[in-house]
Amino acid sequence: MMENFNLEYLVVLGLLLLSIILCLIRVVKGPTAPDRVVGLDTINTIVIVGMVIFGIATWNVIYIDVAIVYALLSFISTLFIAKYLEGGEF
Amino acid sequence: MLSEIVDIIVYLFLAIGVFFNLLAGIGLLRFPDVYTRLHAGTKCTTFGSIFLCGSVILLGLKMWYTGNTDGPVFVVHTAGALIAILLTNPTGAHAIARAAHRSGVKPVRAVVDDLENKPAKKATKTKEAEK
Repeated sequence: MMENFNLEYLVVLGLLLLSIILCLIRVVKGPTAPDRVVGLDTINTIVIVGMVIFGIATWNVIYIDVAIVYALLSFISTLFIAKYLEGGEF
Repeated sequence: MLSEIVDIIVYLFLAIGVFFNLLAGIGLLRFPDVYTRLHAGTKCTTFGSIFLCGSVILLGLKMWYTGNTDGPVFVVHTAGALIAILLTNPTGAHAIARAAHRSGVKPVRAVVDDLENKPAKKATKTKEAEK
């Protein structure tokens, strides 16, 4: 797998990883619960884009399919946490 | 000639997308409030995702133009991922903002809160009482 890897995408993936680490600091530090949820939502979006970039870097379509499923599942989990914070009935 | 121009545009799109994703992380650290952090985290990542997925779509179109049959597969699947991001990201942000307001988080340095006078929760409760 690694012999097909385009090395110029490694820079993009490293910078996306740096952005994820910045969001992770907010998730650990956040004073209230909605702050942590905002950090997790941002991390989810960046992970989806990273999967797309990884798919084009290794020339495999399967990673982009995984990214679509991850997007929909993370959306459902975000809505669920928001409903829980709101305190309503499900 | 055309291939080199497309390559330059692809690298430009990658640079713009990564720059805006980094701005999302920095804004998430620097802003003082849940609502402003939500603004930074959602808008910047949506804009950056459009450009990163757009670069992949352009690369797939170039592959298709040069005769590689893997190109259209990448174009269609990446467009599906981009549509999923564009549909789910603002909806999730709106849900988080509403949940934060209803769970009692105040904006920093806010003077007037117009939403406080007419909470939607009481309306549903009165509807249930009428039933």
